[in-house]
Amino acid sequence: MEVSRRRFLSIGPMGVLGGSALGFDLTESIAIKQRLRIEGATLSRSLCPYCAVGCALIAYTKKAPNGRTELLQIEGDPDSPVNEGTLCPKGATSLQLAVSGRRVPHPLYRAPGAAEWTQVSWEFTLDRLARNIKDSRDATFVTQDAEGNVVNRCEGIAFAGGAAFSSEEGYLATKLMRGLGLVHLEQQARV
Amino acid sequence: MVSLAATFGRGAMTNHWRDIRHADLILVNGANPAEAHPVGFRWLMRAKLDRGARIIHADPRFTRTSAVADTYVRIRTGTDVAYFGGLINHVLSNRLYHDDYVRWATNAGFVVKEGYAFQDGMFNGFDREQGVYNTKLWAYETDGDGHARIDLDHPRSVLNLLAAHYRRYDPDTVSRITGIPREQFVKVAQQVGEMGRPDKVMTIVYAVGLTHHTTGVQLIRSGAILQLLLGNMGRPGGGMNAERGHANIQGNTDHAISWDILPGYLRIPAPGQKGIAAYLDESASVRQHPRAVNFFGENYRRYLVSLLKTWYGDAATKDNEFAFDYLPKPAANASWISIFDQALRGRMQGVMLSGMTATSIGPDSNQVMQALANLKWLCVMDPFNTTSSEFWRAPGTDPAKVQTEVFMLPATHWIEKDGSFTNSGRWAQWKEQVLPPEGEARHDHWILAELFLRVRELYQTQGGRFPDPVLKLAMPYRNPRKPELDEIAQEINGRDLRTGKRLATFVDLKDDGTTTAGDWIYTGHYPEEGNLTKRRDGVQNPARNDPSGMGLYPGWAWSWPANRRILYNRASADENGRPWDPERPGIAWVGGKWVGDVPDYPPTTGPGPDAPLPFIMTGEGVARLFSNAVADGPFPEHYEPIESPVANPLHPQQSATPVAFLYDERAGRASRFGTPADYPYVATSYRLTEHEHYVTQNVEHLVQLQPEAFVEVPAGLAREKGIETGDLVRVSSRRGKLEVRAVVTKRLGALQVDGRQVYQIGIPIHWGFVGINTGQHWLANALTPFVGDASARTPEYKAFLVDIEKI
Repeated sequence: MEVSRRRFLSIGPMGVLGGSALGFDLTESIAIKQRLRIEGATLSRSLCPYCAVGCALIAYTKKAPNGRTELLQIEGDPDSPVNEGTLCPKGATSLQLAVSGRRVPHPLYRAPGAAEWTQVSWEFTLDRLARNIKDSRDATFVTQDAEGNVVNRCEGIAFAGGAAFSSEEGYLATKLMRGLGLVHLEQQARV
Repeated sequence: MVSLAATFGRGAMTNHWRDIRHADLILVNGANPAEAHPVGFRWLMRAKLDRGARIIHADPRFTRTSAVADTYVRIRTGTDVAYFGGLINHVLSNRLYHDDYVRWATNAGFVVKEGYAFQDGMFNGFDREQGVYNTKLWAYETDGDGHARIDLDHPRSVLNLLAAHYRRYDPDTVSRITGIPREQFVKVAQQVGEMGRPDKVMTIVYAVGLTHHTTGVQLIRSGAILQLLLGNMGRPGGGMNAERGHANIQGNTDHAISWDILPGYLRIPAPGQKGIAAYLDESASVRQHPRAVNFFGENYRRYLVSLLKTWYGDAATKDNEFAFDYLPKPAANASWISIFDQALRGRMQGVMLSGMTATSIGPDSNQVMQALANLKWLCVMDPFNTTSSEFWRAPGTDPAKVQTEVFMLPATHWIEKDGSFTNSGRWAQWKEQVLPPEGEARHDHWILAELFLRVRELYQTQGGRFPDPVLKLAMPYRNPRKPELDEIAQEINGRDLRTGKRLATFVDLKDDGTTTAGDWIYTGHYPEEGNLTKRRDGVQNPARNDPSGMGLYPGWAWSWPANRRILYNRASADENGRPWDPERPGIAWVGGKWVGDVPDYPPTTGPGPDAPLPFIMTGEGVARLFSNAVADGPFPEHYEPIESPVANPLHPQQSATPVAFLYDERAGRASRFGTPADYPYVATSYRLTEHEHYVTQNVEHLVQLQPEAFVEVPAGLAREKGIETGDLVRVSSRRGKLEVRAVVTKRLGALQVDGRQVYQIGIPIHWGFVGINTGQHWLANALTPFVGDASARTPEYKAFLVDIEKI
């Protein structure tokens, strides 16, 4: 029996193929899963984090009994003039990026020459980094160049970032880094 | 983006994804949208299926884009100037260009100043000592008012110089350089030549396959020149469509996370510009035609002052020129490679990376890791560990010898915060916060605000070097340590300080300090009535939401500028305001007003022979076939990559561009380029469908789909080397090596280049020493050279020499 993918999808849940070919019946589990996913979920509008096509996403979440917000499903937004509900393999698996067990859970610090990370507090990292930024800024700040031009720049710190930033974050980053006097500023556009 | 701005006045994808369906012919160069932008590719397919459009894919590899193209053209990587140059020559020598369009909308008739010359591969004005051209010599003859002299028949008219320049690009020469068989090229040229008719329109789609070269800017500009000659700019189904590779590259370029600009593409001031007037003199374009609107040039001061007022608030006053001196003025190029070059020279103390893994992105990963080891401190903000946060214990590295202090700060994912992304087509779309931050993760912008305020407190208590901008930068947020992105969106939009109301258009911005705008091109995205990027009037109701029927969907999100969906759309209609093709109107002058898209033109100004010229962002009022805004020539010229298997057939004594920036050489470090004798094969790098710059190393399903690093080896070469699919091979360049599996393929083949057979090897980028599946020698950028494009300093990732051997 020849079964196309579309035919598989249409007959699978009825148990014809699910029961015979796979050795177990998908009907009930599919029905339950669909119901659980949609029922009572909160719908949010998001966007795919990957390429710059700008596919609109719909995300379904639900509050779990323990108070955590659970991300149930991400799918293409059928209203979008860009993607009309479709997604590519990356967009379709973006849920796995959103809720990954591979996240770095705490701030980490690696001292000069150390062979391992040390788990540290946010207080520690922010304080120490602020100190580093000020020291490096003071050490490499140029108010006037050799020709006597007012240049007010910090030469010894660079900032690169932004591919995953919202525009507003990117704007704030630019403003703060220029505020510190940085001239070395980059993001993904060139690389 | 440098090339588009130099040609049209703005540097962005001119049309948008959905618009590609209106094309009759689609040239895809240096891109593989079927795999890199699969959903965007649906609009190329719609053009093909709905209106019988043809797709011509010129690429070194036969990809999934090639598979559905009508014509696949195997081209040697990095030779698109010759390909487009041959097409330009075909169009000019057969007078197939759109004559009315070219005369009205381009600088074809402008007379170039005496002294312009191109000889033996060099333009006039080269300074051998500095290794740069004096671009100011590439100028127009002017009259007493400073306007350009216009005479299409003059021997030095732009059109005549252009024709002379490209006459050398005959089909035989194109074939010698690119490796495209002559007959195939002629067939392509014939199809392209038909697109100069008003009732035909072609689009050019490209991506990093054009930008990532030492001649990247000129590769793109040659396509732009072709599009101008065919009269395809500004029109639905036309344009130069740059496919950006990451979700919000466009937004973050607009907001200037880039060394050379301020938000809204205002140039970063240079040393020696004492005050705003001197800055404007060198930054704002000057009107060079009495009918030029020169919109950007005329309003530059308003946008700069409004920005300064936004950033420095009460500290920005008329008396101190709105704190113009607070803006840092760089001594030299400070772009991506320059950052690591400075670190190698021991001049960089600290680097902050957010969502960017320098080590993998390269070029020349091994040298970048050396640069990171030279730092005092490195701060990585990312949800996952990266090859940068882990560089100090990379395979083969002894941590004890790396004295860099490293911070790894867990940052939130895109889905844990709101804010807008601007897609490649300039559509700014708002996303909602779907999840709360995971565990201890913090938003990048909260981390940065907190760091800034802690630095400010240190300056308050301890003093230090020039603390004023740090102390006075405006942080007018309800909680300055945790700014809301909604507040920042309002700040970007700007307001009238006298009324306190948010502005609806950048036309209302003032140069006297009474208005603010964080980025003038976004003024109007968040007017008093609310945040327009949240709009969702979409395709479920086309009758209501797409009144023009052209797929503009003006009520879906918001696009810059002014919710305009196609840039330069004034050029979609003729001088009298009638669309070139009534079947595919962009805008039209009907009953005393413009209908269709938001006009790229003074909104209440009608058409006619005395009306303003169509390209309002340039001082000329027209688009530039000849441009002095690029560092390596007013017309694009074919130069070989820095590492090339052949000498340039056009001028072997000047094979590569004389102005590519060779970082190692300039810094006095040993040059690290290979020769064809040692590294006989051309390599090019690219991304796979399942991959997004390195973050996807952490997504299980995608790793299952592409579990292991590999290189693609053409079947002929594999036979010569005895390599079979699955064999472990070593690919090496002068910079480094990879040891990965080989995939023997017919997607890559041999080319006949200048009488020689040349093989190309394909190297997917992605894998590294962190992620779900890791390996020792998997950094593809270990191979790529530390060299930048002359104008943009974009690295060369797409054409370099390697050797390959079976292990």
